[in-house]
Amino acid sequence: MEKLEIQADRYDFKEDIDYKVRFPNGLSERVIKNLSDIKGEPNWMKEFRLNAYKFFSRRPMPNWIDGLDKLNLNDISYFALASDKKSTSWEDVPKKIKDTYDKLGIPEAEKRALGGVEAMFDSTVVYNNVREELKKEGIIFCDTDSAVKDYPELVKKYFGKVVSPNDNKFAALNSALWSGGSFIYVPKGVKVKLPLQAYFRINAANMGQFERTLIIADEGADVTYVEGCSATTYSKESLHAAVVEIIAMKGAHVKYITIQNWSSDVYNLVTKRAFAYENAYVEWIDANIGAKLTAKYPSVYMLEPGAKANILSIAFADKGQHQDAGAKAIHLAPATSSVIRSKSICLNGGRTTYRGLVKIPRGSKDSNTSVTCDALIFDDDSRTDTYPYMEISEESADVSHEASVGKIGEDQRLYMESRGIPENEGINMVVLGFVGEFIKELPMEFALEFNRLIKINMENAVG
Amino acid sequence: MESGVDIEKLSVRIKEKVLLRGVSLHVKTGETHILMGPNGSGKTTLARAILGDKRYTVTDGKIEFNGADLLKLKPHERARLGIFVSFQEPVALQGVNTLSFLKTAYESVNSTKITTSEFKKIVGKYLEKVGLPESINERHVNEGFSGGEKKKFELLQLLLLKPKVAILDEIDTGLDLDAMKALSSTVNEMLPETGFLIITHSDRILKHIKPTLVNVMKDGSIIRSGGMELVEEIEKGGYKID
Repeated sequence: MEKLEIQADRYDFKEDIDYKVRFPNGLSERVIKNLSDIKGEPNWMKEFRLNAYKFFSRRPMPNWIDGLDKLNLNDISYFALASDKKSTSWEDVPKKIKDTYDKLGIPEAEKRALGGVEAMFDSTVVYNNVREELKKEGIIFCDTDSAVKDYPELVKKYFGKVVSPNDNKFAALNSALWSGGSFIYVPKGVKVKLPLQAYFRINAANMGQFERTLIIADEGADVTYVEGCSATTYSKESLHAAVVEIIAMKGAHVKYITIQNWSSDVYNLVTKRAFAYENAYVEWIDANIGAKLTAKYPSVYMLEPGAKANILSIAFADKGQHQDAGAKAIHLAPATSSVIRSKSICLNGGRTTYRGLVKIPRGSKDSNTSVTCDALIFDDDSRTDTYPYMEISEESADVSHEASVGKIGEDQRLYMESRGIPENEGINMVVLGFVGEFIKELPMEFALEFNRLIKINMENAVG
Repeated sequence: MESGVDIEKLSVRIKEKVLLRGVSLHVKTGETHILMGPNGSGKTTLARAILGDKRYTVTDGKIEFNGADLLKLKPHERARLGIFVSFQEPVALQGVNTLSFLKTAYESVNSTKITTSEFKKIVGKYLEKVGLPESINERHVNEGFSGGEKKKFELLQLLLLKPKVAILDEIDTGLDLDAMKALSSTVNEMLPETGFLIITHSDRILKHIKPTLVNVMKDGSIIRSGGMELVEEIEKGGYKID
């Protein structure tokens, strides 16, 4: 019998860190007060957190996601400080932490192809640097904790406005416990040519990581942001509950790329949402390869005429994984347009779910949407489901929806083998062919990385 | 050197069901063997056993190619030795570009690397011969292909991979007249270097191909072998022959 695997384990290593601060497992109001005190935050942020915690406590666990009932929030540590300083030079990052990012190839990539980098290790950002020329143009790219202190006006104006602290249980949890994440401001008319990257790493066991990202692209601005994520594998579960808010003002373009490769013991419950104003264009490219359970539906709210959304969701589910992923496009103005494409692959008993919502209410005239969901299943133990909700009440809306399920069963493999193509090479060809359009939309560096990540490895056991 | 596939007393089952009972057949380069027989008589089972489909269990007998034991090899290794088995119902490979599929197969079978532009020239020649448009290069393998297109695409791969022995499983069904001509001229052109085992239900293909031997299969055994007179017998009286 053959065993097919996604090659994600090359990121599975661990550094023994003496944490400066490590909260014991468990969640209470006291945990939140402690966190805010350690950060030395202004009172308004502390209030925001405590208020969010109330929302969190009142809300029941969502019951529509299979497997969430196994997550025990009292078995999680909610803050771990590996380094009490944030460096702007890799040389100043503590060696063991730097080793991690060297293994992940981040400093290398920074030199070659990135406009700025932020590295988050467990709960805090340990490295952040932006190219001089970008700083000169007024671009801000820092961790969100620093932004609270250094840019309070911008943060107060936009923080929690796209995703309210009472949006859903895990957005509330993030709002109460957030730490780290990126803050980006791109001034009017500035186009950032090289992507900005953040890399999120969970090193500790039973860790809860709650990064909070806020991206503001002012009128006519253009920025690409890439996030990568990975974690050490433990036999105990970790939680990653992020909130990402994007504001794309008139004529702005924001492209947000995620390559999520958490270890298979991480619950990945993320709220990502963008507000797109007049003629703004927001793209989410969201690839989920790792994690035990993902629940994530990047959304674009098109608030003014001419706004556009493009959401591409890619999911791989191997043994023991469930990727419940999708997209939301909310058309709240006339002449708005959205494209949603979902590509999912499940194998060895893995499970993928596409869950999507398109809303075109009456009055959003001449808007259009196109939704395509393609799933690929490798074997009978794996499962894929599609929930493409459409709420269209505007008569002039142009709506198209297509879904397909393909199977790479014995027959497909045999067909390729019969033409001299070895089984693993054939599967690679199918997988890469299936996600080809995703790879085309990635910056070169990430395309190569992605190809490497999903190179399928085949083992022959004696059977 | 004369080469070929030697099948000796081959017995095959799938799960508990016995499908082939001691079949012997020898296909040498330059020969054309015809295999006829009613549905379910074991013709496709034989093709699958030669291909190496592991769902079919060989319980007895052997399949050799130039003395090498094919039963020990994986399907792609058999293909690399020069065995080609066409599919009755070729499956779609969603998202896999036709040209890159053909190129990968070509490179694998010939243990070589070739540039895309060079390869396009080779394919272009064969596309014309089998009657497929060049736009097929941009499509996905067998995805949305008509029945006829699928058969022509199998024929294209036969031409491209130039096997030593080709087993064509009902490649003639559903072919229009032009495609039928392309098929028979392909077989005749390749014949000096290739041996053919043609599984068919009809005598149409035999109008242009001279068989070395006609074999009739029934209930998992070859019950008769002979010349064209066997085909005529079947055309008249069906498979009620002993």
